[in-house]
Amino acid sequence: MDEKLKTIVLEHSNDIIQMWLEEVNNHKKGDYTATISDELFESTNREFVNVIFSSIERQGLSSDMDDFSERLINLGWPLSYLTDGMQVFRRVLTEYILSQSDQIDSNYFSKVLREVDDWVDPVINRLVNEFSGSWENIVSLQRVALQELSAPLIPVMDNITIMPLIGTIDTERAKFIMENLLDGVIKHNAEVVLIDITGVPVVDTMVAHHIIQAAEAVRLIGSRCILVGIRPEIAQTIVNLGIDLGKFPTKSSLRKGFQTALELTNRTIEEAQTNDKDIEKLIDSLDKE
Amino acid sequence: MDFQSCVNIKKEWDIVGARQLGRDIAGKVGFGTVDQARIATAISELARNIYLYAGTGKVCFETIEEINQKGLIIIAMDDGPGIRELNQVMEDGFSTSGGLGAGLPGVKRLMDEFDIQSEQGNGTEIKVVKWLR
Repeated sequence: MDEKLKTIVLEHSNDIIQMWLEEVNNHKKGDYTATISDELFESTNREFVNVIFSSIERQGLSSDMDDFSERLINLGWPLSYLTDGMQVFRRVLTEYILSQSDQIDSNYFSKVLREVDDWVDPVINRLVNEFSGSWENIVSLQRVALQELSAPLIPVMDNITIMPLIGTIDTERAKFIMENLLDGVIKHNAEVVLIDITGVPVVDTMVAHHIIQAAEAVRLIGSRCILVGIRPEIAQTIVNLGIDLGKFPTKSSLRKGFQTALELTNRTIEEAQTNDKDIEKLIDSLDKE
Repeated sequence: MDFQSCVNIKKEWDIVGARQLGRDIAGKVGFGTVDQARIATAISELARNIYLYAGTGKVCFETIEEINQKGLIIIAMDDGPGIRELNQVMEDGFSTSGGLGAGLPGVKRLMDEFDIQSEQGNGTEIKVVKWLR
């Protein structure tokens, strides 16, 4: 920034700060900071404007600015707070410098505008980049987290494996399910695979198509697939859509599916012999004493 | 017609957005869980058709509140290539993309009224209505 302009700005920093604070407070009436308390808003404003001035003094971006914006990102403040603040600052600064100058011709005017822009724009860019960087980071982390959750395979018993599906199935996930399912069937040597769709909110033709394909692929490698967790409303929509799921067994709940799977692998659930009589004897003997 | 709200379909995840908004509106109108599932499935089909065949488009919702009946209108529109085989797409088992071919006839069965307008090269508009009984 031009030395002369810089001196004007720094000498009258109090006036400029005052003007800026007033303008920004008017902005608060907009909805984006409605949930932030007045005190916090004011103290943040003061800090913001101090950070701005400290970077003017040091001719460029300061580490204070980085710290400040990082803290706001972590607290979840909206980006619009910072960009609005900088835009207001640009307006206030231009107005103030012009009001302090005696002679204003178009040359001088455009020079001031450019000087102010040259200073304000990099700061805005920096802030926007920092915010979007943090968002991208969050999105990519969540994508990884989601992928880890997307197609789990649980070998519950010898030869019986369960794949519980929760949430929306999109094309990418459908592919992932198919791969995981086939790999898992081979790896765990499963004879029966239960696909549980209790947590899938909507079963449309695409989801059904992918499930049918997965079941068919499982059949090809010599195992059997049981579709479980079909809620009544899903059953009705599947009938309405006219989807044929007759090629493999379906059950309403995982429990029933598991029983069928046990039957298919020639096993049954047997309740362990409880030694009720022993306990009764014990109680009787206690009573006698 | 009380209000209209639209969801733009550009990415695969927009289908989920449209479905959720549709389900919310259906719940407010007073549909039960079975009808909500029907409506959500129909929206899913319509939105997926837009995503698969037209690329971009939008799904709009309108609620109808008249003295003797209430309902929900869903309009799916796009500026895609249009449907050439209009008679065939309404038949079960017809698909140009290797799918099940149950989408549009299925939507027709899921909803109470179904109206499709499509011109080759001029996009498609599908309007469906579900009445609250």
